[in-house]
Amino acid sequence: MNDKIYRVILFIAALIMPIVCGGVIYALVTDAYDAFEHFGFLNFLTSSEWSYTEGAERYGALPFITGTLMTTLLALIFCIPFSLPVALFVGEYFKGTKIASVLSTVTDLLAGIPSIIYGLWGFYTLRPIIMALNISPQGSGILTASLVLAIMIIPYAASLSAEFIKMVPNDLKEGAYSLGATRAEVISKVVFPVAGSGIFSSYILAIGRALGETMTVTMLIGNTNNIPNSITSTGNSMASIIANQFGEADDLRLSSLIAIGLILFLITAAINMVGKIMIKRARIV
Amino acid sequence: MKKIFKSTMTLVAAIAMVSCGGNATNGSREAQELSGAGATFPLPFYNVVFENFSQVNSDVVAYGGIGSGGGVRNLRDKIVDFAGSDSFLSDKEMADMDPVVHIPTCMGAVVLAYNLDDVKELKLSGEIIADIFAGDIKMWNDERLVALNPDITLPAEAIIPVFRSDGSGTTFVFTDYLTKVSPMWKEKFGAGKSVNFPSGQAAKGNPGVAGVVKQTKNSIGYVGSEYAFAQKIAYAKIQNQRGEIVEPTAASISAAASGEIPADTRCSITNSDAAGAYPISTFTWMIIYKEQNYSDRSKEQAVATLDLLKYILSDEAQKITSEVHYAPLPAKAKELSLKNLKTVTFDGTAILQ
Repeated sequence: MNDKIYRVILFIAALIMPIVCGGVIYALVTDAYDAFEHFGFLNFLTSSEWSYTEGAERYGALPFITGTLMTTLLALIFCIPFSLPVALFVGEYFKGTKIASVLSTVTDLLAGIPSIIYGLWGFYTLRPIIMALNISPQGSGILTASLVLAIMIIPYAASLSAEFIKMVPNDLKEGAYSLGATRAEVISKVVFPVAGSGIFSSYILAIGRALGETMTVTMLIGNTNNIPNSITSTGNSMASIIANQFGEADDLRLSSLIAIGLILFLITAAINMVGKIMIKRARIV
Repeated sequence: MKKIFKSTMTLVAAIAMVSCGGNATNGSREAQELSGAGATFPLPFYNVVFENFSQVNSDVVAYGGIGSGGGVRNLRDKIVDFAGSDSFLSDKEMADMDPVVHIPTCMGAVVLAYNLDDVKELKLSGEIIADIFAGDIKMWNDERLVALNPDITLPAEAIIPVFRSDGSGTTFVFTDYLTKVSPMWKEKFGAGKSVNFPSGQAAKGNPGVAGVVKQTKNSIGYVGSEYAFAQKIAYAKIQNQRGEIVEPTAASISAAASGEIPADTRCSITNSDAAGAYPISTFTWMIIYKEQNYSDRSKEQAVATLDLLKYILSDEAQKITSEVHYAPLPAKAKELSLKNLKTVTFDGTAILQ
């Protein structure tokens, strides 16, 4: 009797998740349909116009796709020189020591800071520095947003990579040492090749986080609806245009925003899927 | 088990009694819960007014600051008692809905906030503002700016225009003004809640724009007056249609509406030709249905809605406007609105006699 009840409860609970996910996709697709129908799917993806003129509204997602990809890519580039050393420090050099656990705790702590606080820090601290260094007159822009995003994704990349580095079998490393390899050689010739796909997948998951980040980016990117022509110029990301404009949007503009949401959802889902597959491969090794 | 049941029942009864107590009224009708949604611009004013209004008849008013567009959408879906909007509905929007009544509730303005070292008093004209935001005037020491501001030294620095990234009634009022004073602006950009500004950077909400201006040297942005007054940001004086250089104050904002107003109060009062008028001023409205019987609303709820609007138009409520950094309605607008309220019906019969 009891077993039956548990089973029913579990079944219902398990069923709810796919229903919710399916419902979200269904709602996105139906609401985005208008925009795709009006502009054409490909045209919507490749048009860089975002013009509100009544009667002649033109909405295209290209500036925002560019903005999202630029900030994410730059954030990834900025994050590697920090996250990889942390991962090696915690997972290899000082594995199991007190200092390693302190460092990994602090890094993980970064992940717990709400994005609005990163945004505030970026706005009030980083932005004036960018202006003072004369990098850009207004301070906001792709570069500022990417720098803060990089800090936000370090913990995701670092702690997962550290786990994969820890998982490298000791026999392999000891074998290399016994052949006279130095520590640097062990890392470059044994640890990286073995943990490589795991480390790669941890960066993929970090990218997934950067793609959808909304609040911080909105506060720092400058929110202009054009394709950024340099890394210091202002722009808008897919998440930030939605956050900025959903309130007053209706009809075609609302549908276009939802279409952008759908594209973002698809990109994020694809990237996460790649990450998951890579993790699975890493486990087999 | 029985004990738990008993104590639960007592608790339920107690809660029921307490909530009944909360419903007790001083007036002749039962306390109502009203809900509205819309513009964020008048939110600080509404918060005070709704609080005071609830003292009279224990009516509770819930207002969601979701933006004018969202408010009108909610009214169209008939899920609110009233919508707040910074712009009046166009004829086309009116045609899509059941008949509505616009009631102006208070006045505000859009001010040009700037961040310039050592500049205490900046003067601007409509055309100069249009050219700055169009990116045609690029430097602070542009000769036209210098000609209008002979007493101050303007720096040889690039101007950074700051605008709204979200759709906003503030943007509408601002661009509506620019459209009236600059043919170039009218042709290239036009008026709207969202406009494609060609240069500078954008931020969300009045706090966002004000924050960016405060933090960015040589920037200039347009901000709701209520926000600028409360935050004591430096803002410019603006030349009006008569050529007067006017500082935005409660008096100069009210003055903008001292001219002719149409009977339904749907009008833009930017670029007003009245004496002493601050040229980028606006009404903010509450919009209700002319026929109040919709979505299973009770007659008492309709009466409460009108009571609320009558209260907002009263001298007592209008006095609050300047305390919270808005401007009061001129007599003419109040008079017209009270007349319009009398046309509101429930099941076809007028509610107010």
